Amino acid sequence: MNRPRPEPVQIVKQRRDTALKALVEGIPYVQFLGITFERHGDELTSILNFQDMLIGNPALPAIHGGVTSAFLETTALIELGWQNLWTEIESGRLDAETLSPKTLPRMPKTIDLTVDYLRTGLPRDAYARAKVNRSGRRYASVQIEAWQDNRARPFAQATGHFLMPPAPDA
Amino acid sequence: MQMSHPSDPRRDQARQFILALPHCTALGMTVDSVSDGEATMSMPWDDKLVGDPSTGVIHGGAVSTLMDTCGGTAVMAHPRGPATTATLDLRIDYMRPATPGQAITATATCYHVTRTVAFVRAVATDDDTDNPVAAATGAFTVRR
Repeated sequence: MNRPRPEPVQIVKQRRDTALKALVEGIPYVQFLGITFERHGDELTSILNFQDMLIGNPALPAIHGGVTSAFLETTALIELGWQNLWTEIESGRLDAETLSPKTLPRMPKTIDLTVDYLRTGLPRDAYARAKVNRSGRRYASVQIEAWQDNRARPFAQATGHFLMPPAPDA
Repeated sequence: MQMSHPSDPRRDQARQFILALPHCTALGMTVDSVSDGEATMSMPWDDKLVGDPSTGVIHGGAVSTLMDTCGGTAVMAHPRGPATTATLDLRIDYMRPATPGQAITATATCYHVTRTVAFVRAVATDDDTDNPVAAATGAFTVRR
């Protein structure tokens, strides 16, 4: 019975955080909106860090519906990209330290997205998580939910279909 | 860009309205034309809107923001439309990647208004106006 010793926690964390950073920080529009990600194991929560320029309706004031839609779409895309990247870096096929937009696996493409606006997006941080209901070789179906103060009272939800990038050896 | 009459009050009103929306200003959106239940709006190309660095293609979220704003403007431009509106739902179909470096133009039509809801469809194109980049359908609130 000689099981290999588990890797030190710092090494595991650093590899995963570095990979996530490479995935997110390479996308200009995600930086423009100020979306960041928190990781617990492989679970991601996206955060829309509030700034005044996200306001669509200054009378309420409320976050622009388009920003909400973009936030939900980004959450889904990064979730799909992350699941793919996770497999690659945990298996050792990709080295997290050398990831760049050139070496990162191709991102999925959005086919369609249907957004339900449930409540007004308030002028404060918002959070979202995506649930991949099906991820096949070519298509994925994803549900996304976004909330602000109260996890049980989402302000928007969406469902979308995505075209998966071809496998690296294809 | 479509030329409208210089003193088109409805277009000017829509322009003022859009200029007051911080996120629309941040994206550099412009109102090209407004008529009964119809609006055309544009968003210039900007590097900060790129969603896929490996291809340089604009993020779908920026295109949907333009179509959502344009949809709301079309609702308010409808003869029986409300003075203000909010999106209830919006479905966007992405037909092809927009060509990097080109502006996006959206045209939205508010094709039906009831006492409580306005129905909208919209199309977005880049320079190749015969092949839409994206299409959307949505429902907007009507409060009287």
